Amino acid sequence: MMNDSASLQPHLPVAHLLSQGASGLGLLGSQCRQCGEVYFPATGNCTACCGSDLASCDIGSQGRLWSWTVQAFMPKAPFNSGETESDFQPYGVGYVQMPSGVKVESRLTTADPAALAIGMPMALCLVRYGQRADGRPLHTFAFAPANEGGL
Amino acid sequence: MEDIAIIGIGMHPFGRTDGLSGQAQGAFAVREALRDAGVNWNQVGVAYGGSQDAGNADALANHLGLTGIPFVNVANGCATGGSALASVVAAIRSGMAEIGVAVGFDKHPRGAFNPRPADWGLEDWYGETGLMLTTQFFALKTQRYLYEHGIPEESLVRVAQRAFRNGALNPQAWRRRELSFDEIAESMPVNLPLRKYMFCNPAEGGAALVLCRASQAHKYTDSPIIVRAAVMRTRHHGSFEVFSPGLAARQAPAPTATASRAAYEIAGVGPEDIDVIQLQDTDSGSEIIHLAENGFCEHGEQGLLLRNGTTDIGGRLPVNTDGGCLANGEPVGASGLRQVIEACTQLRQQAGARQVPGAPRLGYTHVYGAPGVSAVTILEAP
Repeated sequence: MMNDSASLQPHLPVAHLLSQGASGLGLLGSQCRQCGEVYFPATGNCTACCGSDLASCDIGSQGRLWSWTVQAFMPKAPFNSGETESDFQPYGVGYVQMPSGVKVESRLTTADPAALAIGMPMALCLVRYGQRADGRPLHTFAFAPANEGGL
Repeated sequence: MEDIAIIGIGMHPFGRTDGLSGQAQGAFAVREALRDAGVNWNQVGVAYGGSQDAGNADALANHLGLTGIPFVNVANGCATGGSALASVVAAIRSGMAEIGVAVGFDKHPRGAFNPRPADWGLEDWYGETGLMLTTQFFALKTQRYLYEHGIPEESLVRVAQRAFRNGALNPQAWRRRELSFDEIAESMPVNLPLRKYMFCNPAEGGAALVLCRASQAHKYTDSPIIVRAAVMRTRHHGSFEVFSPGLAARQAPAPTATASRAAYEIAGVGPEDIDVIQLQDTDSGSEIIHLAENGFCEHGEQGLLLRNGTTDIGGRLPVNTDGGCLANGEPVGASGLRQVIEACTQLRQQAGARQVPGAPRLGYTHVYGAPGVSAVTILEAP
């Protein structure tokens, strides 16, 4: 797990989805100025009220697991982890419900079904999910099981 | 509103047919449907159809004959067949033509679908980091649904077990081997809670219908099937749909629920009147969700209905009598019309070993798919 996102910019295709404030890593979304609906990722269109005037907003970094699965087979392209069928590592995927109620789809740091339960607290982090052909690591955002006190 | 009737049904068997293009399978299905109706292609005045991966439907005219008719290409994902049918019904009702054809066909590569993010208005990272898979979506939706409504995971096994049991009775099914409870429950995890035998496979095949005004139908057939409703709907804000990097805070009813309600209203019947049911079962979890979304039970009742045989061929709610997508595979463009053809076959009482007893009068079909579309038909026996 990495915390220094600035040094990873070239390897972090999701950098534009993230904020790096004084309180640490967070997700960026947008909020409709007309009806207040919140979106992740940020969008210029509100599908609730059909408006198109939205402002950037902070989605946060802590939430609760809303649903989960384990990706047990290697996805086809455009998946680009660089793994092969023989060395593919299954990974957890879930929706995490954030304080606004928005659910964010994300990789999870564990693929162990016994370690995952709907409702458990989760915290945002960065993970290495693969490497490019030139050997440089690829990172993305993920959620990790967190302590109850963190929420 | 004037009634429209299905006077001919035809299929190219689903599965894998190496050496035969998807379009050739679509043309085969149209010829079968024309033969069933006893009409020639040059009597057809309008056609709608489509595929996802096998090209344009109007290219079928190169196989069937270049008669100059309006042949409209439909591209509505899993609802392609349902949209084609609804369009033909409207066209005939408007007086545009006396006889119309609806056709769907497809030929998908082996393995899971691998959509391109840009085609769905999404950024590349979503596919590159491994989040853009239909199987993943179905698993996430199923996991949440089972949790919210207290449905046991064994229900997922029972859906698949019934699908393969019915498939074994269907001479046209792709998968014709019954599977035991344990074989399904212990099969390889694909996306938990869903396992190998709980998912259908992308496949190949063709399905076609010939339609005309009900008042004219007896010129062509002794057993016309009346289309009481053919409805297609898209998603509302807040419904839980495939390829969603984020979901809204509020939850809205799925497009299935809105299409279903509209169909019942148009047909003037309710779920309690339906005698034979075909529901989208890309996976076991989806069928469980769709049983309730189409009004056949309350959310959470499915565990009991599946355990006590209510959804079996001899039960009160016979579901997916031909084995559904699980036993037939899913050629996306053709799948919805396969359901309509199975309903017609049951209503004509020509379903052989899988025939629903007691002369079923009303049939119901339902498809659902990306990016949040659903099509429902309600059909009535001659």
